[in-house]
Amino acid sequence: MLGLDLSFFNWEIISKFVKNGFIFSVQLTVIATLGGIVLGTLLALMRLSGKKALVIPATIYVNGMRSIPLVMVILWFFLLVPAIIGRPIGAELSATITFVAFEAAYFSEIMRAGIQSISRGQVNAGRALGMTYSQNMRLIILPQAFRNMVPVLLTQTIILFQDTSLVYAIGAYDLLKGFTTAGKIYGRTEEAYLLAAVVYFVICFGMSYLVKRLQSRIAIIR
Amino acid sequence: MNWDWKFFLNDDGGGRTYLEWMLDAWGWTLSVAALAWVVAMLLGALMGTFRTLPNSPWLVRLGNAWVELFRNIPLLVQIFIWYFVVPKMFPVMLQVPGFVLVVLALGFFTSARIAEQVRAGVQSLPRGQRYAGMALGFTTVQTYRYVILPMAFRIIMPPLTSESMNLLKNSSVAFAVSIAELTMFAMQAQEETSRGVEIYIAVTALYAISAFAVNRAMAFVEKKMQIPGFVVAGSAGGGH
Repeated sequence: MLGLDLSFFNWEIISKFVKNGFIFSVQLTVIATLGGIVLGTLLALMRLSGKKALVIPATIYVNGMRSIPLVMVILWFFLLVPAIIGRPIGAELSATITFVAFEAAYFSEIMRAGIQSISRGQVNAGRALGMTYSQNMRLIILPQAFRNMVPVLLTQTIILFQDTSLVYAIGAYDLLKGFTTAGKIYGRTEEAYLLAAVVYFVICFGMSYLVKRLQSRIAIIR
Repeated sequence: MNWDWKFFLNDDGGGRTYLEWMLDAWGWTLSVAALAWVVAMLLGALMGTFRTLPNSPWLVRLGNAWVELFRNIPLLVQIFIWYFVVPKMFPVMLQVPGFVLVVLALGFFTSARIAEQVRAGVQSLPRGQRYAGMALGFTTVQTYRYVILPMAFRIIMPPLTSESMNLLKNSSVAFAVSIAELTMFAMQAQEETSRGVEIYIAVTALYAISAFAVNRAMAFVEKKMQIPGFVVAGSAGGGH
């Protein structure tokens, strides 16, 4: 292609610059997914509890997070977390806290839909067996809700993986930053952006292909 | 915490107050989002339609490839490519201002999402609608123009509303190539004044207001487009 030279990207450059960024991006995605699902499930339970004192704060949190751009949330946490705990923290740690808090809002909407998709009969059956609220949730409802929502949760994880590139705003060292740093040092910025795009594409396309296959398998079992 | 909102009336060093700067930045945010919205709707409607055409396998493939390409690369990377790589590969694009490149990046990115909604909307229609168009002697273009798309767009108004709000929020990523929009203002003014909390509150509020306005505008359009007696979207067993 017009004046592009991709040959300089060799294994040495990848292991020196890109590898650490890739590890951080994956780590951020995994932590934010797990943390987001746990917090998101709690938020969903709060919103479905029917108790005003729980419903209102959870609703404000979820809708608030969902109405601001992620970049602004990243900037907010980078500003506030050090002010609250009284000492500076690194961009990577700040990004991790931000993503768990931010994704919890999105995962809570998914889990809420999942819990609501379970038929009343299941809830009543649990009650009839004498189960407490928490037993009913833990043993009957949440396992089914979670399973129904696995494809949606995974799709959200793919979006989350793409969004990790936005830690650019606070200068954390992620996959994209790995490519751009190498590109700047060797004077090959254009090639670096293209390669980054290819890597993101292959990962996200591959994962969404797997999700689609999983979805059809789950659909057959039912 | 000491609040100080008066600094918004201070000079930013360029002959305007911080308040004026912020309102300018809001204008940039709204312009980027509005123009990108037009690009996204036109391309999204076109590509989404392509994906549903009955006898044009190559257009279906083009539509599918379009969606996969623009959906599986992070927006930030796409903006960098439009801004840094495209002008280098196609020297004609060197004349194009950065603002336009960002509008194209955001528009193309969002068009993939719109195309996905349009496809879902068209495929949710009963096959009889298409046959009805054929029975009236319509060509494929006429069937889509007069029968299928008017119905499909009414059905997908709720997801289009949330995609439009997403587009507005995603316009914040334009800060990365120094477009003077709200997020860029927030970062720069925060550094200059050290009044981060006040600035972020103001910017966050402007984003929330804008997203709410988009939501209301789309709800207004949805209501205006409603056909009396034809219940759409969310109604169980609606449609004919």
